Amino acid sequence: MKILVCVSKTPDTTAKISFTNDSTEFNASGVTFIMNPYDEWYALVRAVELVEKNGGTVTIINVGDASNDQTIRKGLAIGASDAVRINANPKSSLYIAKQIAEFAKAENYDIVFCGKESIDYNGSEVGAMVAEFLDLPFISFASKLDMNGNTASIERDIEGGVEMLEVQTPFVVSAAKGMAEQRIPNMMGIMKAKSKPFKVVEPVDFPDLSTPVKYHLPEEKGSVKLVDPDNMDELVRLLHEEAKVI
Amino acid sequence: MVLVFAEAIKGQFKKAAFEAVTYGYKTAQALGSQCVALTLGTVENAGALGKYGASKVYNVSGDSLANFDSQVYTSVIAQAAEQVGAKVVVLAHTSTGKSILGRLAARLNAGSVAGVKSLPDLSGGSFKVAKGVFSGKATAEYEISSEIKVLSLAGNEIRPEESGSEVSVETLNVNVPAAKVKVLEVKRQEGIVPLPEAEVVVSAGRGMKGPENWGIVEELANVMNATTACSRPVADADWRPHHEHVGQTGVAIRPNLYVAIGISGAIQHLAGVNQSKTIVVINKDPEAPFFKAADYGVVGDLFEVVPKLTEAMKKFKAS
Ligand SMILES: Cc1cc2nc3c(=O)[nH]c(=O)nc-3n(C[C@H](O)[C@H](O)[C@H](O)COP(=O)(O)OP(=O)(O)OC[C@H]3O[C@@H](n4cnc5c(N)ncnc54)[C@H](O)[C@@H]3O)c2cc1C
Ligand SMILES: Nc1ncnc2c1ncn2[C@@H]1O[C@H](COP(=O)(O)O)[C@@H](O)[C@H]1O
Repeated sequence: MKILVCVSKTPDTTAKISFTNDSTEFNASGVTFIMNPYDEWYALVRAVELVEKNGGTVTIINVGDASNDQTIRKGLAIGASDAVRINANPKSSLYIAKQIAEFAKAENYDIVFCGKESIDYNGSEVGAMVAEFLDLPFISFASKLDMNGNTASIERDIEGGVEMLEVQTPFVVSAAKGMAEQRIPNMMGIMKAKSKPFKVVEPVDFPDLSTPVKYHLPEEKGSVKLVDPDNMDELVRLLHEEAKVI
Repeated sequence: MVLVFAEAIKGQFKKAAFEAVTYGYKTAQALGSQCVALTLGTVENAGALGKYGASKVYNVSGDSLANFDSQVYTSVIAQAAEQVGAKVVVLAHTSTGKSILGRLAARLNAGSVAGVKSLPDLSGGSFKVAKGVFSGKATAEYEISSEIKVLSLAGNEIRPEESGSEVSVETLNVNVPAAKVKVLEVKRQEGIVPLPEAEVVVSAGRGMKGPENWGIVEELANVMNATTACSRPVADADWRPHHEHVGQTGVAIRPNLYVAIGISGAIQHLAGVNQSKTIVVINKDPEAPFFKAADYGVVGDLFEVVPKLTEAMKKFKAS
């Protein structure tokens, strides 16, 4: 089985978010970056498990600059076979997807994995775009995926429930919680990662059709209004008359 | 032209469809254009979309539209967009909408924005919409420069508004490809508003001590007509089902009212709930970080406070 896993680098989940340059750019200074949790915990680990069981390779792909190399190496330490970075500074999802699809189209992957969403731009877009560029089925928000020959049995999250389906390879899938358990890379994995193949490829030209031009931080909440625990009628009154939410 | 894909589940529209048509109508007005709606498969009462501002409703039917396949839906919506000459395509930001948005953008060579929460700002001849980024920690304005634009509308962002009357439904002739995805079964909880659509959410965390204590949470949710949710450790410990887990790595929600019981308010939890309009926090620790994000707070033992709140709610509902 030949698998491609799309990984992005995102600010740590506890990062304090701020902006610079008249609120037109994300302020990366002092921010710790991680591999996007959906890509790492679910997509990558499930891909590695499938290959451990059925044989094959797991390639990691990232569209980004050299500052992403550390994140990519972590993916190799978790168990990917090799990695490729498309050397760009992407500003839009469609651009990212185009780069991934351009690389993938000659490689005939059985499965292209991505995460449910990136926790920075929260688009849930890249996977669907890659699927369209490659003209492949796309199964989003998969919480379970098992292979039987060329057939995948998948469960995907939908509003208030799950959908069970089957699809033949090749396909693109986005991974949600439940698909696998997080793996912490061990010393051996980290050592091995150093000698695994890691390619850097130049991007193809493609326009940015949709880009963030200005950021805003939410307005600070006023201070909390405390209600006496013995007077829940008062809380109900406030919710009804003041907040008007019941 | 603005084209809205109005999603139906088992032939029935959800609130998200009416919100999307309302948004499409307002966008069309701002652009000096018109809004038309598209429905797929067998849908009851499709003409009712006219009330929310669709000047026409189109329907496409075909065997492979009975279940969801992003490839089939994308192909059909893209063909419809071409036929009606759509410059803006609006979807709801649901599991279905999210699975099509990116595909449509790639297909139509369109700039897209996922989960928009504002009407387009057309000042200076540009087209800008806002969306939440960094898991709700900030908002970004996106500028779309392509001729065709594809948007998915965040849930609970605008209220469905009736502005017109029922219209007739026309069949649109497009090629419906065969589905490659074989849907075997769809399991939905019946009678419960799914979390992303819920207007009132009652959520509880590790302060509950154990799953056997959830009765008081369910009772409160019941009287409030609320959907229940939980923090991540609660779902991880299997005290509650995984689909109830809200936060950065769970479901992101934006109800009118979020009641947090025995939840500390860790930054990753807040990331999924901080777009709620009103937040009530019940916690025995006055230093719990959640109070900083709350509108109303009750410092007290949840095992005493929650039943009292339920009683007060009952009294209110009865009056
Ligand atoms: C990468 C990452 C992603 C994460 N994603 C999420 C996510 O999506 N969602 C999420 O929820 N968490 C997430 N977490 C976990 C998060 O950091 C917190 O650990 C978690 O939210 C804490 O859950 P809790 O508030 O239920 O439990 P605790 O932090 O243990 O808080 C329990 C609270 O209950 C109160 N309490 C106890 N007894 C009572 C009583 N009798 N009456 C009243 N109050 C009482 C306590 O004062 C305390 O404030 C994530 C963590 C990481 C590292
Ligand atoms: N720069 C990138 N390089 C590689 N994959 C990416 C990149 N950005 C996003 N992805 C993948 O696309 C998924 C969805 O991202 P998004 O559309 O930004 O929510 C992520 O979980 C990743 O798997």
